[in-house]
Amino acid sequence: MTTLASPSAVPRTTGRMRRRSRWTGWGFVGPFMIVFALVFLAPIVYSLYLSLFQTQLVGGTSFVGFANYARAFSDPQFWDGVGRVTLFLLVQVPVMLGISLLVALAIDSGRLYGRDFFRLTIFLPYAVPGVVAALMWGFMYGERFGLVGNINDLLGTSIPDPLASVLVLPAIGNIVTWEFVGYNMLIFYSALRVVPASLYEAAEIDGAGPWQVISAIKIPAIRGALVIATIFSIIGSFQLFNEPSILQALSPNYISTHYTPNLYAYSLSFSGQQYNYSATVAIIMGVLTMLVAYVVQLRGMRKEA
Amino acid sequence: MTFRHHRAVGALAAASALALALTACGSGSDGDDAAAEAVSAEDIAAALEEGGDLLVWAWEPTLDQVVEDFEAEYPNVNVEMANVGTGNDHYVALQNAISAGSGVPDVTQMEYYALPQFSIGESLADLAPLGASELESTYSPGPWGAVTDGDAVYGLPMDSGPMALFYNAKTFEEAGVDVPATWEEFADAAQQIHDHDPNTYITSDNGDAGFATSMIWQAGGHPFQVEGTDVTVDLADEGSAKWAEMWQQLIDDGLLADVPGWSDEWFQGLGNGEIAALVTGAWMPANLESGAAPASGDWRVAPMPQWTAGAGETAENGGSALSITEASDKKALAYGFLEYANAGDGVATRLEGGNFPATLADLTDEAFLAEESEYFGGQKINEVLSESATSVVPGWQYLPYQVYANSVFPDTAGQAYTGSTSLTDGLAAWQESIVGYGNEQGFTVSE
Repeated sequence: MTTLASPSAVPRTTGRMRRRSRWTGWGFVGPFMIVFALVFLAPIVYSLYLSLFQTQLVGGTSFVGFANYARAFSDPQFWDGVGRVTLFLLVQVPVMLGISLLVALAIDSGRLYGRDFFRLTIFLPYAVPGVVAALMWGFMYGERFGLVGNINDLLGTSIPDPLASVLVLPAIGNIVTWEFVGYNMLIFYSALRVVPASLYEAAEIDGAGPWQVISAIKIPAIRGALVIATIFSIIGSFQLFNEPSILQALSPNYISTHYTPNLYAYSLSFSGQQYNYSATVAIIMGVLTMLVAYVVQLRGMRKEA
Repeated sequence: MTFRHHRAVGALAAASALALALTACGSGSDGDDAAAEAVSAEDIAAALEEGGDLLVWAWEPTLDQVVEDFEAEYPNVNVEMANVGTGNDHYVALQNAISAGSGVPDVTQMEYYALPQFSIGESLADLAPLGASELESTYSPGPWGAVTDGDAVYGLPMDSGPMALFYNAKTFEEAGVDVPATWEEFADAAQQIHDHDPNTYITSDNGDAGFATSMIWQAGGHPFQVEGTDVTVDLADEGSAKWAEMWQQLIDDGLLADVPGWSDEWFQGLGNGEIAALVTGAWMPANLESGAAPASGDWRVAPMPQWTAGAGETAENGGSALSITEASDKKALAYGFLEYANAGDGVATRLEGGNFPATLADLTDEAFLAEESEYFGGQKINEVLSESATSVVPGWQYLPYQVYANSVFPDTAGQAYTGSTSLTDGLAAWQESIVGYGNEQGFTVSE
């Protein structure tokens, strides 16, 4: 960013006026700061406070320092969940973003018949609430009466029940991909729309083919959008909760109470009443997510700077 | 993916607010002294006459009519019914209200398995000084045992779930199978039914803590022994082992439909005969009628299969009571309502609505026993169910944190249903989590 006005250009003011204007600024940001403190800072601070205590059904509350953190770092159930969402992140996010990019490029190419129809249709699943989507897919996955059952009956195949085997994680990945391809596609597509037409004209004059246009103009132009979508997806993966939580009712033996870290935190507080440890798990997960997202942002933006 | 992100932030804020409410105030156990004094029947009658506001938390649908009648009889009393959720949601809300010390209802519905968690936490009032001990002979032994701890009475039973074998007579007939009277015959029948039609299973089970504990109960097991805060857990005792061994056979041979209870597939299976039987509580008929309507006329009820032929031993599955919270300052008035709803005129109203009684007078009432159920092909099902209610094996206890224990059942014992471990090892893993959690929560748990 360039500086619009150098300090010398600002007219000098008397000390009194400057003091008053200092408070005027606070007056404007005050309402926001109050809401920000109440809604964002207070819960975080309170969670931090909670994580330093332990409440027992028998014996009440006591201060335990960092014992909850020590416990989390050696808790196999917690790391089991972390490992699972990491695997999910490494496989599902590239697949989802790859499809989104492909669709965005296809729609942007202008060679597609019924462009607006495809754009809307692919975006539509995003408008379906996550809980409804999970319920709907849960029904379709049914081996007996659902879509999977129908396909098996019709074609004589024997697709195993996606919810009663190790296929549960891919099944969840499928739901998430279905839900968010359209959303990411829209981010990419809108980034592609702002690429100046003059660049394409120049490429045409230089004799560049469509693949060269994509690799030399389009992809670099939407680099920022790619990084943003990746970061959103990382956050989303680490916070995976809706889908496993809904499908748990259908597949309790394959989706454990510690299937994802968020589900673990939920089970800890809502069926185990371990609010303190639950807060600890939430904080560690938050910090972990921030770290990973930050590293991705650093790497993603480096060449652009 | 921002959608999920925002939802999660909201959930976090809500959870934090909840936690805030939790620690805001550790309410003292004031009211102990008041409850220790005996309250006479006249005092309760006077309280009912004088009236006041009562807050009731319950999800039992038949209570609505009871409240209406109650208010008509005692016009000065104003009962506010609130449904804060069913099962676990209800207990979470109640635990939060109790911890916060505000918004606590006067009367709350309590399933039998969850009651010890709240009575040991001193959240429920002892009703013995209010005259509840005199009602012992009013109720069948199973539910009464569930609401009492020594001399203390922590609720009045509302309904009960003595177990029986619900079976689809048409499926049994087609497979040429007789109704099993013992578990051995049950296992044989399971094989025959599945052999006859590979899509058909004798029953469904993919790991249900409530069912498992009831089965262990019937087999004579006492896996949970509780005395104050001293808990003994032994999920390898004789009864538990007996059940695990028999049920393992059914799992190994693939004779149980892997369909989660209460799912759409489950109801469809019950309706089209692919799930041929259920061993469950006496509250099931109403659910079959509404959820498995296509099979109307096919279902019948038989006594629960036995471990020893002719032993006539059963267990309870489900059922709930109404309790008064320790925090309530209108205990006499609340008890007046409890007595009306669960021992007085309210009982008949609830039975009309489809409840299965916990009161002996109704269990032996001729009109009740003679009722013919159209769904069950005109069978007098109450005869079988009432018989079961009086044959419940005594001495069963639930954990003081059964709600949590049941939630981790799929993580541990449930793994046996996926074939990755055996039921015996699964129960051992369940025991390990139960012991770990109990000690962490300040109980003294021994194995």
